[in-house]
Amino acid sequence: MISRRGLIGSLAAGAGGLLLSGCNRINANPAVRGLLQGAEGLTMRAQRIVADRNALAREFSAADLSPIFRANGTRQPAGAEYEAHRLAGFADWRLVIDGLVARPLSLSLAQIRSMPHRTQITRHDCVEGWSAIGQWTGVPLHLLLDQAGLRSGARYLIFHCADRYAAADYYESIDLIDAFHPQTMLAWGLNRQPLPVGNGAPLRLRVERQLGYKHAKYVRRIEAVASLAAVGRGKGGYWEDFHDYAWYAGI
Amino acid sequence: MSANEVSEKQPRGGDLVPRHRLSTRVWHWVNAFTIFIMLMSGLMIFNAHPRLYWGQYGANYDRAWLQVGSIGNEGIVQIGDRRLVTTGVLGLWKDRDGAVKRKAFPWWATIPSSYSLADARLWHFFFAWVLVIGALAYGAISLVNRHIQRDLLPDRRELRPRHIWHDIAQHARLRFPTGAAALRYNVLQKLAYLSVLFGLIPLVVLTGLTMSPGVNAAWPALLDLFGGRQSARSIHFLCAGGFALFILVHLLMVILAGPFNEVRSMVTGRYRLPKERAE
Repeated sequence: MISRRGLIGSLAAGAGGLLLSGCNRINANPAVRGLLQGAEGLTMRAQRIVADRNALAREFSAADLSPIFRANGTRQPAGAEYEAHRLAGFADWRLVIDGLVARPLSLSLAQIRSMPHRTQITRHDCVEGWSAIGQWTGVPLHLLLDQAGLRSGARYLIFHCADRYAAADYYESIDLIDAFHPQTMLAWGLNRQPLPVGNGAPLRLRVERQLGYKHAKYVRRIEAVASLAAVGRGKGGYWEDFHDYAWYAGI
Repeated sequence: MSANEVSEKQPRGGDLVPRHRLSTRVWHWVNAFTIFIMLMSGLMIFNAHPRLYWGQYGANYDRAWLQVGSIGNEGIVQIGDRRLVTTGVLGLWKDRDGAVKRKAFPWWATIPSSYSLADARLWHFFFAWVLVIGALAYGAISLVNRHIQRDLLPDRRELRPRHIWHDIAQHARLRFPTGAAALRYNVLQKLAYLSVLFGLIPLVVLTGLTMSPGVNAAWPALLDLFGGRQSARSIHFLCAGGFALFILVHLLMVILAGPFNEVRSMVTGRYRLPKERAE
């Protein structure tokens, strides 16, 4: 015999299940996803309106540093080539800057470290919700871009990385507003030490007004492009391509 | 017009009378939908890092004041040093196919139902705009048509402790206003709606914005206001609890006050005044 309570319970579970499978279908519907993603553009434009293009991320004092700076994503790039670089202290690591530039560059780490550098204590915000405060030292990106000379038509910078994440090459991209922001840098030091492997040795991007997945690690090539369409799957980054994360990660 | 005529026009118990404006009804139903999307997608976002901290920073190595997780075969909620076993509901539960999952909030409480931070963020940040635009529009309209001043702000008499206490006692005995008195919000309703409109909603929006590194650069004062990004995240989560509590009490009151009449008044705007009690 079916008890009344059991019946009500199974009716509720059935209704819940129906509602839920409906919800999952709605969530997977391309038109719905397109509509939801429309808010990303609105968010980016709104943030660009309220924030001056040179508005700085907060800089903290040494007393505010996280005791341990958490590493996330790739913590150890696979492959013999990276391992050889690591063992050699990245002495032969080259950073290539090419694409829509007047003077393509190939710089050694020593050359990059000899350039004027900036040190900033900033908060790193992961899309997952945690934050860590670290002290970054590196070369402001605009100095590198001035040296290479962007050609007209360049609108984005692609950061090609030495790591693969879930069987795809990691890459990220930013536009020129963030590229020329005074705090945007290629960092080679964290907390007064050479950048650790877990945090992107030997070079990582810092783009302080966006979330952590934009801060490409293990950067080996910066490519200036007119459009994101031809790179990867065309959405401007690994997480954007494969997981529908927002390209503009200001929130 | 004589006093007698006025009293004749006074609606009485049993009359079907206009109660809610169109703007109130539209905003109510938009919000009824929006708040569930926000709460459920928010719980999925929480699942990505089910730990809360106070201060500017906070990650796995730092001390969390609240965390949801699992130890062995038990789901655990830890608040400060206190541990509660929550197996089956929080921290460790079975999905619809009976598979054991070790995430904070269970499938039936999140959008989407299986783990996806990216999808939850899509829903959350779209409906955040709906919430903000709706709240600003409703606030502006309700100031202009004087709904806030006339219907929501309690007067001095209503704020007297004795009056508030009387209303609490009447509610506790489930004796709700009848006749013409039921046309107006009582002081407990006024305080509840005002605290959502001018308390919870602004607080949840501002703490949400404080978690944005882009907004931090534009409005750094928000970081000082809430004591840091991780404090803002904690307050944001507590606000969500506040909304959940409000919804629970609100729905309970609707059921106790007569769900058909209450829902009709929020759909058509018309409400049948409860009959006066024979004292």
